[in-house]
Order: sequence, then structure tokens, then C-alpha cells
Amino acid sequence: MITVKNLHKSFGQLEVLKGIDQHISPGEKLVVIGPSGSGKSTFLRCLNLLELPTDGQILFEGTDITDPKCDINKIRRRMGMVFQQFNLFPHLTVMQNMTLAPVKLGLMSKDEAVQKATALLTRVGLLEKAKAYPKQLSGGQQQRIAIVRALCMNPDVMLFDEPTSALDPEMVGEVLDVMKQLAQDGMTMVVVTHEMGFAREVGDRVLFMDEGVVLEEGTPAEIFTNPKNPRTQDFLHKVL
Amino acid sequence: MFTGLATWFEGIKAEFILNFIDKDRWMLLWKGLQNTLIITLFALLIGIALGIVIATVRTTWDKNELTMRKGIGRFCLKLADWLCRVYTTIIRGTPVVIQLMIMYYIIFASSDNGVLIAIVAFGLNSGAYVSEIFRGGILSIDKGQFEAGRSLGLSYVQTMIHIITPQMLKVVLPTLANEFIVLIKETSVAGYVAVMDLTFAGNRIRGVTYSAFMPLLAVALIYLIMVMFLTWLVGKLERRLRQSDNR
Repeated sequence: MITVKNLHKSFGQLEVLKGIDQHISPGEKLVVIGPSGSGKSTFLRCLNLLELPTDGQILFEGTDITDPKCDINKIRRRMGMVFQQFNLFPHLTVMQNMTLAPVKLGLMSKDEAVQKATALLTRVGLLEKAKAYPKQLSGGQQQRIAIVRALCMNPDVMLFDEPTSALDPEMVGEVLDVMKQLAQDGMTMVVVTHEMGFAREVGDRVLFMDEGVVLEEGTPAEIFTNPKNPRTQDFLHKVL
Repeated sequence: MFTGLATWFEGIKAEFILNFIDKDRWMLLWKGLQNTLIITLFALLIGIALGIVIATVRTTWDKNELTMRKGIGRFCLKLADWLCRVYTTIIRGTPVVIQLMIMYYIIFASSDNGVLIAIVAFGLNSGAYVSEIFRGGILSIDKGQFEAGRSLGLSYVQTMIHIITPQMLKVVLPTLANEFIVLIKETSVAGYVAVMDLTFAGNRIRGVTYSAFMPLLAVALIYLIMVMFLTWLVGKLERRLRQSDNR
């Protein structure tokens, strides 16, 4: 579904990604772990071109999205993204947050979008918050709304950028539950996270990144019970 | 003592009649007020339109400078950004009276439509300040808002219109209102190019009646009422925009 070839990204003199090659298959749950500053968020943000790669190629279902002729807006409709800071639109209600993009982009009529949003809100148990504004919600509720806002576009793949890092500990669970449910439904997911329990339970494959490269990759069992690289061992030793 | 008060009151009454009633002098103030309002209103519209354009050009360039690919589009945007910065620098670096007189005596020397020239001069002046207010407002919106919009597939323009602008307006409203208050009062220098505005009208009454107190006080009072009305209006608008902040 997504193929990354020799991906490089520099911010000025600082080289954040030093050549990444990956392939993400449909339905796969890829979890990216690593210390902060390792480039894992930048890697994720390159996948929908929020960061423009310095070098390399990213193919989404055969289309090279780094090609200047590629209409990135069309591609992004099919890639949902969830941010660490939720980034709900504070001036819009929950329902408006969810229906804005599908309606403005002409993908759904207003009624269709409201129907879709209602179904999604019911699924995450937040239907009674449809008319609330983001500031009236807890962090966990906001992040669940952010997830269903992305889902409202019917994406083929979901990108999660440390979705639970800004949450109070007692709210992490409710967000992870929504993500687990999504994984069970067969969604293709790329998740950057510090939640090792989630990585182990949901991930099909785990990448350990450090200093801009993928140091080690494998199934959760391989990475968590039998890491080979000393840096992976050291990192897991510290976080587990 | 009672007679003293009565004499004083008689004096005030005579002053009032002399300055406003005699020869229908209040008509001068009325005419002046109309001109002040016309100049302010249209200058305001020009200022907002110009401010939006300049702020859009400058923030678009700032946001895309690093990621935009080389080509004619990039060159045009860079040139437009440069022009906007030059314009803002010149307008903000010179007094509005000088700009007004340059417009009247040099650029539009062939025209004697003072009101129109004043509208253009104050509009161009206000645009520079309003553009900075809008630009500051846009820059104050968290970058995550922009990214969230783009990641949903909205284009740059759609994100600006539906997500950034509504939030930006709420942020800039008090500052913008302040700029409008300044503009109303700034138009009082229109008399420099022989435009009969409110201030000029008051001054003309003072010139013929040799009585300063009444005309100047009346002019000051009218400005005050206009500003207070505007403040009230903006306060109402602010409360409506702040709806989403209610917890």
C-alpha cells in the first residue's frame, strides 16, 4: 500500500532521516518506536507529505506522492492522520469538525456526512457530545473525536503521531481501545507511540528507529522478547 | 447666587444659539459629520480589503518559502511579498497628513474631489496597519490547526478560509476595533486638503463666531459618541464569536 524508498529528510544542516526503506501492506499494523529525536515522527509526517522529503520516493498505491505533479490533496483524503495535540478545530462543534472536510471537498452531501459522523460517534460512545465544542471535552474525548474525524473521510490508511502522549494517564486507555477496535476492523495503521503494551498487542511489525535510521525491525515478539541490537535492548530496558 | 446661576445659564444659551442655531450653523456640523463618516467607512473597506490581500500574500510566502518548488509561481509570490513589505514600510514610516497631501497636491493634483482623495489616502494608510493585524492573527494560530486541515485533504486556500480565518478573526477583533477607532479620529486631518469634515466644520464655526468653547466641545462630543457606539458594537460581536469558548 505504501512503499518508502531511500527516504531522506534534513532540516537545514540537521539530517533527521538518513535513508529509510519500508513497505506497508494493506491491513498491516506498523508500530514505530524509538527515543525522542530519532526521526520517527518525521518519518510518519513524510508519509502524507506534511514534511517534504529531501530525497527519496514515497509510493502510495503505485503513485509517487513526492512527484511535483501529484495532487497531494487527493492522496491525503485517503490517509487519515491523528496528532499528539489532537488539533480539533476549536471554533467548530464536534459534528462540524467531522463533517467539514467531507462536505467541503464534495465527497458527501451534508446529510450523508452527518449520518456517517453520527454512526462513528455512536461507535466511540460520544454521540451526546455532537453539539459540544472541543474545549468542553476532556483530552481523551478530544483524541477520540480526532480519530473519528479522520475516519469520517473513509481513509485507506491511518497515521497516528504519538496519539496518547499528551493525555493524562487515566485517559490513555480509552483512546487505545478505539485504536484497537480500529485495528480489529482491518484498518491499515502506522502508529508512532511510546505505549509498548499497545505495540506488543496490536502491532504486526515493530520498527525501532534511532538517529534517523531503522535499527531493528521484526514482529513484536522478536523485538520485545529478543531484541538483537544493543541500542534496542538499552531503549527497551529503560521504557519497560 | 440664584441670579448668578441664571445669568450663567443665559450666557450658555446665547452661546448655543450663536454657534449652532444662527444661520443654521449646525448644518455645517451635520455636513462635516457626513463627510467624516463617508471617509471613515470607505477608507475602512479599502483598508480591510487591502489588509486581507497583503496579509495573505505575506503569510502565504512565509509558510511556503521553504517547501515551494522553483518556477514562475514562486517568483511571482516572492515579488508580491517584496512589494507588500515595501508598501507597509513606506506607509507606516510616514505621517498620514503627509500622505494625504502628497495624494492631493501631487498624485491627484488634477482632481479637486477632496473627499474621494481622502478616502483613497486613509484607505491606503489603514491597509498597511490592518495587514499587520491580520498577519499577526494568522501567525498566532497554532500550526497544528493548519496541519490538521491539510491532512484531511483540504487545500491551502480551503484551510485558510474554513479553519484559519474564523479563528484569526476572533483573535484580531479587539486590535482591529482599535485600528478603526484610530481611523475615525485620524480623518480629522482631512481639513488639510480642504475637505469639510467634522473637525473642519467645528473650526469654521469657531472662525466666524469667535467663540471656541461650544464648537470644539460639540465636535469632541460627536467623536466620543461615534467611538463609544463602535466599541459597543464590537463588544457585542466579540461575545458572539466567543461562543465556542464557553465551558
